[in-house]
Amino acid sequence: MPVRIQTGDFDAGAEIAALRRNDPKVGAVASFIGTCRDANDGDAVSTMTLEHYPGMTEKALEKIVDEAKKRWKVMEVLVVHRVGELKPTDQIVLVVVTGAHRGEAFAACEFIMDYLKTRAPFWKKEQTPQGARWVEARASDGEAAQRWEPPKSSAA
Amino acid sequence: MKVKVLYFAGLREQLGTPGEDLDVPPTTVAGLRSQLMARGGAWQSALAQGKALRVAVNQEMAQPTTPVNPGDEIAFFPPVTGG
Repeated sequence: MPVRIQTGDFDAGAEIAALRRNDPKVGAVASFIGTCRDANDGDAVSTMTLEHYPGMTEKALEKIVDEAKKRWKVMEVLVVHRVGELKPTDQIVLVVVTGAHRGEAFAACEFIMDYLKTRAPFWKKEQTPQGARWVEARASDGEAAQRWEPPKSSAA
Repeated sequence: MKVKVLYFAGLREQLGTPGEDLDVPPTTVAGLRSQLMARGGAWQSALAQGKALRVAVNQEMAQPTTPVNPGDEIAFFPPVTGG
């Protein structure tokens, strides 16, 4: 399974080793880890709760991974995303991509994160000194995902 | 026809329920949203046009014109914020 949703922490080193499986054809391993910050929009954040849509989350992530594999020549992909209550410094998400060369692995890893941020049904709720609040989607995340859209074909 | 409707995150809190089974006439996503809004109160304000809401039908992202069929699972939720 290239996609996992879990409440517990993950060990990025162990996950990467398992994905590489000492395959001598792998020449590049690109990875990204998203972690929980202690502040957002000027307010201190003491805890963060991640909610998701069980069933759709897995499907949405698998679709993103499939799309990445279609667009770039990569070998293996892993996405691990945590849900439940997290504290500042906790790991939230891990994306690992293996391939023969770094360019394709880097691009696929970044694409997966950009699409995950805008298409996978997760929602963050932050606990701040002013009370709990749902994190609002950022326009910059939409723009980051937008740049991967295929250029519109001209009718000419 | 019977359908299952789900609400997530801030929307779930505003509506005070994670979801419900409904018996509705054949409709679309927009039609279902209007029917729910017609309940008034929090339903009308939380689902109002102009609110940034996403809708999935059978766990795939949907549009206002997406048809709703018997047995479908329709989910309403705010724009996603994972990662």
